[in-house]
Amino acid sequence: MIVGLVEHDGGVVSEPSLQMLTLGRRLAERLGEPLAALVIGSEARPVVDGLAAYGVETVHHAVDDRLDRYAPDAWAACVVDLMGTAGPTAVLAAGTDRGNEVMAHVGARTGLPVAANCTEVQPGDPFLVTRLRWGGSLLEDARLHGEVKLLTVAPHSIQAEEGPAAGGWSVEEFSPALQDTDFRVQVARQEGRPAGKVSLPEARVVVGGGRGVGSPEGFGPLEELAELLGGVVGCSRVVTSLGWRPHTDQVGQTGVRIAPDIYIACGISGAIQHMVGAKGAKRILVINTDRQAPILTHADYAIIGDVQQVVPALVSAIREGKGL
Amino acid sequence: MDVLVCVKRVPVTGGRISLTDDEQDIDTRYLGFTVSPHEECAVEEAVRLVEAHGGSSTVLTLGPAVAEEQLRDAMSMGANRAVQIEAEGPGWDGGATAAAIARAIGDAGVEYDLLLFGNESADAGGYQVGIRVAHLLDLPCVTGVKHLEIRDGKGVARREGPGGFEIYEVPLPAVITVKEGINLPRYPSIPGRLRAKKAPVERLHLDAPQPGLEKIRLRLPQGRDKQVEILGDGAAGVERAVEVLRQIGVMPP
Repeated sequence: MIVGLVEHDGGVVSEPSLQMLTLGRRLAERLGEPLAALVIGSEARPVVDGLAAYGVETVHHAVDDRLDRYAPDAWAACVVDLMGTAGPTAVLAAGTDRGNEVMAHVGARTGLPVAANCTEVQPGDPFLVTRLRWGGSLLEDARLHGEVKLLTVAPHSIQAEEGPAAGGWSVEEFSPALQDTDFRVQVARQEGRPAGKVSLPEARVVVGGGRGVGSPEGFGPLEELAELLGGVVGCSRVVTSLGWRPHTDQVGQTGVRIAPDIYIACGISGAIQHMVGAKGAKRILVINTDRQAPILTHADYAIIGDVQQVVPALVSAIREGKGL
Repeated sequence: MDVLVCVKRVPVTGGRISLTDDEQDIDTRYLGFTVSPHEECAVEEAVRLVEAHGGSSTVLTLGPAVAEEQLRDAMSMGANRAVQIEAEGPGWDGGATAAAIARAIGDAGVEYDLLLFGNESADAGGYQVGIRVAHLLDLPCVTGVKHLEIRDGKGVARREGPGGFEIYEVPLPAVITVKEGINLPRYPSIPGRLRAKKAPVERLHLDAPQPGLEKIRLRLPQGRDKQVEILGDGAAGVERAVEVLRQIGVMPP
């Protein structure tokens, strides 16, 4: 049996979890084993039925009043409990903050290795996995040992696809063996994001600035350009390190991942850590003085020139085109 | 309060990665080294907490002998002590690394109030060392923390969650793994650098273990293979840029 730990938010299964189940189903088919899902807490009730479409045969639903607020180690205890009763070949989760966190706890509890952010998995003993390093700039082929294989699936590395529904379909509720100490770390309360302007991950246009912008004030024209195009401003890590922009604006491996229709990258050299954050951009327009800058190898379009001249000129041209 | 902060030496990769001929590592012949970004913030957080609450901060790394450089960098930012677990060769997966760190902490007999880690290393990205150390030492662990306050012997930690932010409260001692953005790390001062140069480093040596996650080889992902279209030089390129923006439908109406 292959078990997939399913995450959901507000009664909707998260996309990375559906991608994980898709990989899990292919793995289960190759092994000739059934695919099962584990969902946790009473809030999970609405998502249970939708999982059959992804080839899930049995949904194991962990129920305990204390599970209503997320508690990473308690979730891990649910996984370990199910491992004891169901004896799976492998347990998979999505390579999200929570998925990676819970599986690390499972690894720690069982003494088993965990492979985070896998993109491909070949069954056998050991499993052969391909996983992401450097936020996806590098791939690692590795052997994953252990009596039960524990791994997470890198989000967006495969597309979620529905599959043939399993013959039988059942939901099995269970009460996992949970100790009070499993809840030492639990969400005490939640705070919403401030409402208002478009967020960086959702923006259709992102205007990014790097060292070439020259100063905090140099971002003025970039702000103007972004506003004209209904987008938002992002920046490189150098810019946050210099204190020119807040870290919340940082695009990259340790910042935000963007997926705009166009990313206008101004005065950014294109370190790999920055580019993994911009991988989701459909098109990249580079404005840079250096024709040899690494970012040019990722670009669709480029203007070779100084950001401080080109951006204001672009702003004027757009205003003219708009008839302002 | 006594704070331990764990860091990892990683190369500064710049714009391109190239691999060694045996495909086991990044070719670092022409590269400098640093600590992972999240951990640089963990060092800063440790130093700030000690400045605010008293006590001392200790920086620990597991890695080759040359990783002493990263310990001295952390001391130049203000960490008081340094411990190096000298560990060469492959085999140091998340489980083995955590076991070695937990053992070093146990052997030293220091009772830390707080153990800080980066959420994940920049290079291997295993997302598990801090959590495994927490289990080995039977401590609570909050990961991905972007804001931390110490109040009445408790850690109040904030991190991003599915719909906004999640707040956790944990009793100390605890393990906290942090993400970049929790603070803006300082630049080391000149006196800090001089002090760090002379400061002692405690050393332990461990042999490479049998890994549970065993690297076979590294590969570069296939590139997008793009041909860039040069729209022009300087302001002369603007006209065609406007055309592009119009084509993809992001020009204002």
